Amino acid sequence: MVSLSPSGRGQGEGTGQALRPRRRSRAFRHVTFVIGLAITLGLVVTAAVSLFYTPRDPLEMSIAGRLQGPTPAHPLGTDQFGRDLLSRVMQGAITSILVGVIAVGIGMAVGVLFGILSGYFGGWLDEGFMRLVDAVQGFPAILSALLLAAVFKPTLTISMVAIGIAFLPVFARLTRASFLEFRDRDFVVAARALGAGDGALIGRHILPNTLPPLIVQATISFPVAILAEAGLSYLGLGTQPPNPSWGLMLKEAQAFLGMNPWYAIFPGGAIALTVLGLNLLGDGLRDLLDPKTVA
Amino acid sequence: MAALAATLLFVSLLVFVVVRVLPGDPALIILGLEANADSVARVRRELGLDQPITVQYAHWVTRALSGDLGRSIQYDLPVATLILSRLTVTLPLTLLAAALMIAAAIPLGVYAATHHRRWGDYLTMVLSQLGVAVPGFWAGLLLILLFSVQLGWVQAGGFDGWGQGFWRGVRSLLLPAVALGLFQFAVLARTTRSALLEVLREEYVKTARAKGVAERGVLFRHALRNALIPIVTVAGVQLGQLLAGSIILESVFYLPGLGRLTLAAISARDLPVVQGVVLFVASMIVTVNAAVDILYGILDPRIRYG
Repeated sequence: MVSLSPSGRGQGEGTGQALRPRRRSRAFRHVTFVIGLAITLGLVVTAAVSLFYTPRDPLEMSIAGRLQGPTPAHPLGTDQFGRDLLSRVMQGAITSILVGVIAVGIGMAVGVLFGILSGYFGGWLDEGFMRLVDAVQGFPAILSALLLAAVFKPTLTISMVAIGIAFLPVFARLTRASFLEFRDRDFVVAARALGAGDGALIGRHILPNTLPPLIVQATISFPVAILAEAGLSYLGLGTQPPNPSWGLMLKEAQAFLGMNPWYAIFPGGAIALTVLGLNLLGDGLRDLLDPKTVA
Repeated sequence: MAALAATLLFVSLLVFVVVRVLPGDPALIILGLEANADSVARVRRELGLDQPITVQYAHWVTRALSGDLGRSIQYDLPVATLILSRLTVTLPLTLLAAALMIAAAIPLGVYAATHHRRWGDYLTMVLSQLGVAVPGFWAGLLLILLFSVQLGWVQAGGFDGWGQGFWRGVRSLLLPAVALGLFQFAVLARTTRSALLEVLREEYVKTARAKGVAERGVLFRHALRNALIPIVTVAGVQLGQLLAGSIILESVFYLPGLGRLTLAAISARDLPVVQGVVLFVASMIVTVNAAVDILYGILDPRIRYG
């Protein structure tokens, strides 16, 4: 079936192909995007490498070598149990990526579902869902995590769910706005006249058009998820010892600030650098995907 | 107001559902799995858990509306009393962070917008990127490291209470407030810059300049007044974020506020306290967000008539 949506599949293929290399070269000239991409790739490669190689075993303790500053043997120093900080910071990257992907995935999946139901069907369903979304907005990740940790046990899963819940409103609102914009457009009316049901209209015609802002929002939410996980782990509500997490490392480092300040500096620096890279990537992507800024 | 009431009802429902409906018996959560049947039955009766779930919810909401959030198991005090006593730390911390954030972000954003694509602008953008990337609790640790461990100027944390004097209290909250406000400062500086840049391109600003209005007059009387609409909106929403963020910063600086109360309550399985604090903070955030919506309508008459 020929797509009637303006997402481009049914339109001039030649134009699309001519634009693609131009957009790619524009992306690589975009300084913010390139720096963000480089840092993000660094994070991904670090996490991937740490799956099968770290300079030392991140759980191996050495009481004799505890709380050391940076040395050739331990480039980032050691913690209170003599564990190698470089190896633990490397493995912390896996936790961050995992939390980012799953928390954003939860927020996006539930938020998009709410947005579709609200925006497409409207009426009392819209009103009800929007009030629920307003209510969920009152629960930043920290509040949901506190509540869930009180009922269940504080775990990484709890923190991912709490962070995902906090993302729900923004994805719901974005999807709803797009559905309100598109549901009465000519291509949707035409598809409905041709006999397309609600499922086909939503899934094949409207949803693909809502994707660009959702992708940009996902890239914006990813670093926020990493910051939130670090904060929750710092409070003891996220990753549990002995698993490495940057936030948890900072919690442990606080007791030894006077003895080994590097212990607090490197994990925090890893969070800041990662979030900076992802923010730059998100900013760059937003510029590149925004039709108003396309040359 | 009806929308706010409906939203608050949903807030209470969410808290209730998590605590009472999700798998897990609150009585067992409080007493532990090893508790004997008599104790469990007693706690269930005390908490009203032997009633139908809808009756439990109705009772709970009615009591909450009259200010009764239950009784702390750990302290044997009304939860509302505990919240009010801890608010004397959390609220001043939140307001101090908001004041510092506004005092620093708006002038910096205005400076960046009026020096667009010059060094000052680029420096502001770099600062705001860093501010958004640095987690508040890490900034707090770095501040402790610098001002307490290295320089020895201030104590590493703690709060002596307002009884020791107003300025002494403010001094204990200053570093936490700086760390708490850092992220929101960066967001507000960027918002101010982009809002002002947008307004400065408007026709009426060009007209004011063409009429010979001095640049200061153009900036403060014409441009900034209109740019204030998004700025006030963002700053209002940030108040709620600061309140939630204070929970983490209280742990970094060992401040006896709502955050530390809740964390201690989780360790002690004091469910009524956690439930009460979460309900209170979420309701505050939702109410502030609704107030910002109303304020937006007042600041921009087009919203009311459009």
